[in-house]
Amino acid sequence: MGNENDHWLKKLMDNPWLLLVLGIVVPTLSYTVWGLVEVMSLPPATLP
Amino acid sequence: MSAIPGFLKGNFRSNESRTCDTTGLPVCNTASLFIQLHAVFAVVFLLVGAVAAILLALTRWPAVHLLPADWFYRVLTLHGVNMLLFWIIFLEVAIVYFASTSLLNSRLFSKGLAWAGFLLMVIGAVLVDYIILIGGADVLFTSYYPLPGHPFFYLGLILFAVGALLAMINFLLTLHIAKRDKTYEGSVPLVVFGATAAVIIAVLTIATGAAILIPTLLWAAGIVDIIDAGIYRVVWWGMGHVSQQINVTAMVSVWYFMFSLTTGAKPLNHAVCRGAFVLYILFINLASAHHLLVDPGVSTAWSIWNTSYAMYLAVLASMIHGFTVPAALEIAMRKKGYRQGVFGWLTNAPWGNPGFSSIFMSLVIFGFIGGITGVTIGTEQINIIVHNTLKLPAHFHGTVVGGTTLAFTGLAYYVVPLIFRREYYMKGLAKIQPYIFVVGILIVILGMQFAGSTGVPRRHWDVSFAGSPIPIPKMESGWLALVGVGGVIAFTGLLIFILLTVATVFFGRSNKGKPMESWGDVKDVSASAGAWTKEDEHKTPGTWALVSILLVSFVVYYFSNWKALADVWWVR
Repeated sequence: MGNENDHWLKKLMDNPWLLLVLGIVVPTLSYTVWGLVEVMSLPPATLP
Repeated sequence: MSAIPGFLKGNFRSNESRTCDTTGLPVCNTASLFIQLHAVFAVVFLLVGAVAAILLALTRWPAVHLLPADWFYRVLTLHGVNMLLFWIIFLEVAIVYFASTSLLNSRLFSKGLAWAGFLLMVIGAVLVDYIILIGGADVLFTSYYPLPGHPFFYLGLILFAVGALLAMINFLLTLHIAKRDKTYEGSVPLVVFGATAAVIIAVLTIATGAAILIPTLLWAAGIVDIIDAGIYRVVWWGMGHVSQQINVTAMVSVWYFMFSLTTGAKPLNHAVCRGAFVLYILFINLASAHHLLVDPGVSTAWSIWNTSYAMYLAVLASMIHGFTVPAALEIAMRKKGYRQGVFGWLTNAPWGNPGFSSIFMSLVIFGFIGGITGVTIGTEQINIIVHNTLKLPAHFHGTVVGGTTLAFTGLAYYVVPLIFRREYYMKGLAKIQPYIFVVGILIVILGMQFAGSTGVPRRHWDVSFAGSPIPIPKMESGWLALVGVGGVIAFTGLLIFILLTVATVFFGRSNKGKPMESWGDVKDVSASAGAWTKEDEHKTPGTWALVSILLVSFVVYYFSNWKALADVWWVR
């Protein structure tokens, strides 16, 4: 199956579990966590 | 088909598999059962969504205006969840079960897990549809807080999602045992890799969905008092849009698979194609931010990063697939001897084969309409003039309907004869069905596109605003008639597909023990076409021409939208 001499990109693409981790971590940090931090950092509006 | 070099010994238990009489691929009997179950329910929910679609089209057509307001929003909710979730994800589970077993020479990891996943998906989907139809959740697909739906609506969605998650876990564990048992050599075939990418995106979708739907269920049940609307929108779209990226990724895998099946096309470069799928895994989900471009709670930096710099890496992936898929087809056809001119390979393609025509038209509609409009309206500045207009549904009817649904219906023309082992009824009608559907959906998209350009809002029952207490300028609604007319034609095409498929699945002539009847093979005329050299393996002038037309179309559409933005009055 795998080979020690394989390029690291090939090793990455042959490892679905590592791809799964990256596929969850990258969008979660870039979109969800960053977005939530921004929304939760908003000061409450002052009502008239 | 040569997906499994050398056909290594599989890991099937006794009497657990058969060999396909047409492709020679191994078929895991357990996987075959669940492929059939999920495919049948996919078509059932496609029918529900299609009936809802024609009711909506006939309501947005001003001259007909069929449904009353409350039923319009009810049916719109029904249409959204059935088409965007149930129909497509049921079929995607069938696809990933097929890919992980037949293409890897492996048994399905767990029958129990497959049953649990399937039953949860069915119970969840039926519960959601029931609650919608009794008027318990007129909240649309997005169910934006604080619109209240019945708690069982959210519970049904959660059950469906958990069921789908179990199916995805079953897929990943099947990959694991296939690798462990050495049922294949080298890397997995590209179609399996694409299915893996779709499954990874699905896991993210479901995890994000749980993060927002569980609190919303608790709120609807009165256990939690309030949910922050801004937080709801950020997290919900982490599920809502990402779920559509599962479709894109699965659809691209189906393109590769079906061109291989219908013309013998092979990917030009596995590493490049796999790299494009990795770009999907990492970056395509950031497109969710498009939905929040007019939300005040997120910064410009967040918006631009997620919709531009990072997102364009996923667009790059689509452009790679947009080149390699037709290029693989062109090479296969030229190799068979169709080398006349730039487009001889295309004009001699098997256009009478619904499995081929559906897939090619899906490729064109997704690229030329879904892709170009998506990148354009996802630009932060342009988004401001189209947000919440009918231009948005025009875009995703180009991706989800003209792209994914069309591709999946094309796939069915092979799934039914190969997995259900029955021959389609009325093959002449089946051959023209994709064209009827495409004509209809193109008219729908055209109508939505131009109506949206004139400011007609999406998700709106009455654009005349009759009875409004304040004067509203009359909207240009003439284009909406096209939505109605196109809807009738598209519905006719879809209904033909559904009726033919259901009739065939239950009553079609069995082809057990013999190959499926051909939809029309491409004849090999290479003997009269001259020698095929190594250099010919990379000559794709037709694909270059198509890609150039796509890029010019993109530039024209993109800058015409900037012109439209420049024509907007100044806000001082």
